[in-house]
Amino acid sequence: MRASIVRTGVANTASVRAAFERFGVTTNVTTDPGAVRDAELAVLPGVGSFGAGMRSLRESGMDAAITDRVRSGLPTLAICLGLQLLARESDESPGVRGLGVIDAAVTRFPDGVRTPQFGWNRVQPSAPGPVDTGHAYFANSYRMTTAPSGWDAAITDHGGPFVSAMWHGRVLACQFHPELSGQWGQRILERWALAEEVSSC
Amino acid sequence: MLTRRIIPCLDVRDGRVVKGVRFAGLRDAGDPVARATAYAEQGADELVILDVSATAEDRDACARTVSLVRKAIAVPITVGGGVRTIEHALRLLEAGADKVALNTAAVERPDLLRELADLVGTQCVVLALDAARQGGAFWEVVTRSGRSRTGLDALEWAAQAQTLGTGEILLTSWDRDGTREGYDLPLLRAMSARVGIPIIASGGADSPAHMIEALESGADAVLAASIFHDNDTTVADVKRELAAAGLEIRP
Repeated sequence: MRASIVRTGVANTASVRAAFERFGVTTNVTTDPGAVRDAELAVLPGVGSFGAGMRSLRESGMDAAITDRVRSGLPTLAICLGLQLLARESDESPGVRGLGVIDAAVTRFPDGVRTPQFGWNRVQPSAPGPVDTGHAYFANSYRMTTAPSGWDAAITDHGGPFVSAMWHGRVLACQFHPELSGQWGQRILERWALAEEVSSC
Repeated sequence: MLTRRIIPCLDVRDGRVVKGVRFAGLRDAGDPVARATAYAEQGADELVILDVSATAEDRDACARTVSLVRKAIAVPITVGGGVRTIEHALRLLEAGADKVALNTAAVERPDLLRELADLVGTQCVVLALDAARQGGAFWEVVTRSGRSRTGLDALEWAAQAQTLGTGEILLTSWDRDGTREGYDLPLLRAMSARVGIPIIASGGADSPAHMIEALESGADAVLAASIFHDNDTTVADVKRELAAAGLEIRP
């Protein structure tokens, strides 16, 4: 099995690649929208700003490939900024349109809490799915506060509740970095990639 | 609620972990991958790798070490030591670092922080600040492993670095490094009052009690090397004591 990782700017992909390779999923990093469209597994990582991320996706024609995958429910994982790019817009880059595949806006953490949120915070799913209760590693200044309709979500508190992960079929979006969240995060990647049934016990 | 982070530090030279006192008198402290794996299993929240090598050949060896450690552990890795250019920082990120720490080069050319942040985001940019106490509430920034005094006020420099796009400060007390006398608590209090970004306390840890003091004095995370390398305690033991003291930790 192979995961195709979208190259967005100079994002570091070594951690994501290492995490998949630990359980036998090979990886490649690509800027080719056709390859992403046809990929078994596609990963949209993302570090940097919302505006720069969108520019990079539009210039390469990757925007349509990602949107199509998410709309068709093909196995797609969005991480950190990747989650935010699925939204309509973000406080970070006013006037820039996101992929808009989710009808939600991304806003900045309120004043009075450490921003960026750097470090480990508790994640609590509100429905069974790929994400268990546990601690995840975050590095973000912006977040989504309500899950879009039709998506299940996990919630975390940092100056109020926010969406730390959401999933719909084989599409999973994490505001945290599963690849940096130890054994707990590794399990999330395995469940998503291998499409394990969620245990009901 | 964000948990407090415990961060073991590996000083690496020629592919081996080394440790010294006040940045000198280095002795061998094991294989980096074995150390990193053990610390991750004990519950380390992050890992810092500092390249303390002297030559360009050793610098390439450090990137190889980072790459090996990256494959082995699934927690964030910060790499610093001798990073002087954007190209060097990008090479370390490519090798598997999640954040890069700049020290001497940023003091000499502060815009380096901004340039790196613009390219890879503030979450990748750490300022490594070595501060030497000069009496009263003045700490001087020292560089080149403590060999150069800069005359700069550590608090002012940190505030400027924050404005330029630094995501975190790795704050080492030059006076306490490797001494096991405890962290410089007045420095931590002064620094946390001055900047809004997370502070990693470094230099002087001998016990979980020292770490609790530091976390209660404004540090978001504590870094230690000697006490873990010498097997005096484990990350798991430290976390148990922090939890017992009422501090939020990742179990």
